[in-house]
Amino acid sequence: MDIHEYQAKELLTKNNIKILRSILCHSGNEAYNAVINLGSQVVAVKAQVHAGGRGKAGGVKIAKTADDAKSITEQMIGMTLITAQTGKEGKVVRKVLIEEGADIKKEFYLSITIDRKTSNIAFVVSAEGGMEIEEISKNSPGKILTVLINHSYGIKSYHVLKMFLFLNLDKSIFNEFNNLVNLLYSAFLAEDMSMLEINPLILTGSGGLIPLDAKIALDDNAAFRHPYYNDFIDEDEEDPLEIKAKSVGLNYIRLEGNVGCMVNGAGLAMATMDTIKEFGAAPANFLDVGGTADSKRVETAFNILLSDKNVKAIFINIFGGIVKCDMVADGVITAAKNIGLKLPVVIRLEGTNADKASELLENSGLNFIVGNSLADGAQKVSKIVKA
Amino acid sequence: MSILVNKETSVIVQGITGKEGSFHALKCLEYGTKITAGVTPFKGGSLFNNSIPVFNTVEEAKVNVKIDATVIFVPAVFASSSVIEAIESEIPLIVCITEGIPTVDMMNVKAALRGSSSIMIGPNCPGIITADECKIGIMPGFIHKKGKIAVLSRSGTLTYEAVNQLTKAGLGETTCIGIGGDPIIGSSFLTFLKIFENDPETKGVVLIGEIGGTQEEEASEYVKNYMKKPVVGFIAGKTAPEGKRMGHAGAIISGGKGTASEKLKIMEKNGIHIAENPSVIAETMIKALK
Repeated sequence: MDIHEYQAKELLTKNNIKILRSILCHSGNEAYNAVINLGSQVVAVKAQVHAGGRGKAGGVKIAKTADDAKSITEQMIGMTLITAQTGKEGKVVRKVLIEEGADIKKEFYLSITIDRKTSNIAFVVSAEGGMEIEEISKNSPGKILTVLINHSYGIKSYHVLKMFLFLNLDKSIFNEFNNLVNLLYSAFLAEDMSMLEINPLILTGSGGLIPLDAKIALDDNAAFRHPYYNDFIDEDEEDPLEIKAKSVGLNYIRLEGNVGCMVNGAGLAMATMDTIKEFGAAPANFLDVGGTADSKRVETAFNILLSDKNVKAIFINIFGGIVKCDMVADGVITAAKNIGLKLPVVIRLEGTNADKASELLENSGLNFIVGNSLADGAQKVSKIVKA
Repeated sequence: MSILVNKETSVIVQGITGKEGSFHALKCLEYGTKITAGVTPFKGGSLFNNSIPVFNTVEEAKVNVKIDATVIFVPAVFASSSVIEAIESEIPLIVCITEGIPTVDMMNVKAALRGSSSIMIGPNCPGIITADECKIGIMPGFIHKKGKIAVLSRSGTLTYEAVNQLTKAGLGETTCIGIGGDPIIGSSFLTFLKIFENDPETKGVVLIGEIGGTQEEEASEYVKNYMKKPVVGFIAGKTAPEGKRMGHAGAIISGGKGTASEKLKIMEKNGIHIAENPSVIAETMIKALK
């Protein structure tokens, strides 16, 4: 899960990492008071949305007085911020972070991720701070250093030294850099992060190293040992339908097409979406109903699909393995009757008792169209929405 | 010959008394799998299904029965501990079905696997099956039929889709392995491709990948340099948006990396026969075998 900058900074503070003082604000007046409380000559007003690239898009501005901060905040709150990472629909700004100013001498890039290939933690550093890492890696890959930390024995000072030399820092701050890198590494593991990006990490005029921005993603699977994860969820940042689906235990992701998809299994669900596209239509969603696919679950899934007004037809693709197809068909029929489903439904059931299931669907009195294979079903549903 | 498991394989079930564990242990028994013991803490001394002894720990089970493989149905909170328990007991094959294990826990498991002799399959996977001999996992047994094609996949039901086609086309299967949908898994495609290349019964391999990570790319390098047997490939997620986890924790395009088109391009370049959609996997294999 993605979290806000102010939440990321809470986690850094919790793990003894020094950052600039800042106050979260929801209005111009709060921003005004924040500047007074911070007692800083200059502050940064930073839009809090789940996306990087805010600076370029006008989501980070400098204010030189409390009045200045107030008017910037008033302009920022309510605006739709479109950055390189938000997509064209952008993100509405609902809160800002007012942060004390800093004397920036130089900016660096530092991130920690998990290297899937080696199952180790990877540090990525660059002296080109403040730029998007994708941009640096495209334009000047030589300016990026990746250091893998073997998870069997963890980080050693030699790893830190490699990064330090690459960044060409003055040796007087090695201890401070070493300390910071170790704290970030421990925080990454302790809080079960999947990504920690400090961009920029700044060197101040007085020779200190401070993370100026922090972007963190947390591992959803570790939520059971971090009760605070739940408090970090910001429903404003997510699609309301996706939240609704999640609350009933369905794995749903909204897309832009008009064929509603209901599939069991994540891989098969993706393959179903792809096949619909191949036949010239576009999927409205990813939806994995899971292994059981009984009438109650199918009904819940129907309701989610129908909440998306773009949906013109539904394609149900179930591979009955442990669950029998006639049971699934029965569930689909009951659910469709319960909610008075009017949209055309193409359904393809494969596996145990598939013949019995087709018979049930054909005799249900409902307008089901049976697909004989994944491709056949996808072709039929695509034809319907294109007509 | 088959790889890794056959009708002689002696299997234990960790988490045998749980809801998932007991249900699937019975299904595996029905298929003919030789389950010799179960493990559940504090249930030691009881019998599962009136016949299979249950022990408190893997160590205890190992003293009493021969163990070639273990299958783990333990909840995500305890699963990594169960895997490490199996590694420390030197169980040759460890199959972990559990979904939702934290990535940091899996990094610890991978550290424990280094230098051990165990092979791990999963987590978040359907398991492994040698057709008509031994099923260790949750896949529907009846769709499998002894034959000549091996299947390797990051998915569950999509694998069944492929297997069903291979069976109906008369090709049949040797061994099918679901390697798991998480970002960090016990063994990648590469491990099993090497074994299948050396298995005389396997005449071709179906490789079902998806978005995220780079293991399809690594596998295709191996195919190009070392494999004589034809490999048919499919990648799920051509229509997946950037930055969203598509059901599987590992199925995510991040920073423009791990896209289906990128993978397909490299696979094709390295001589893998691409199935354009999942309905033509068997068809593509028939052509590739000619």
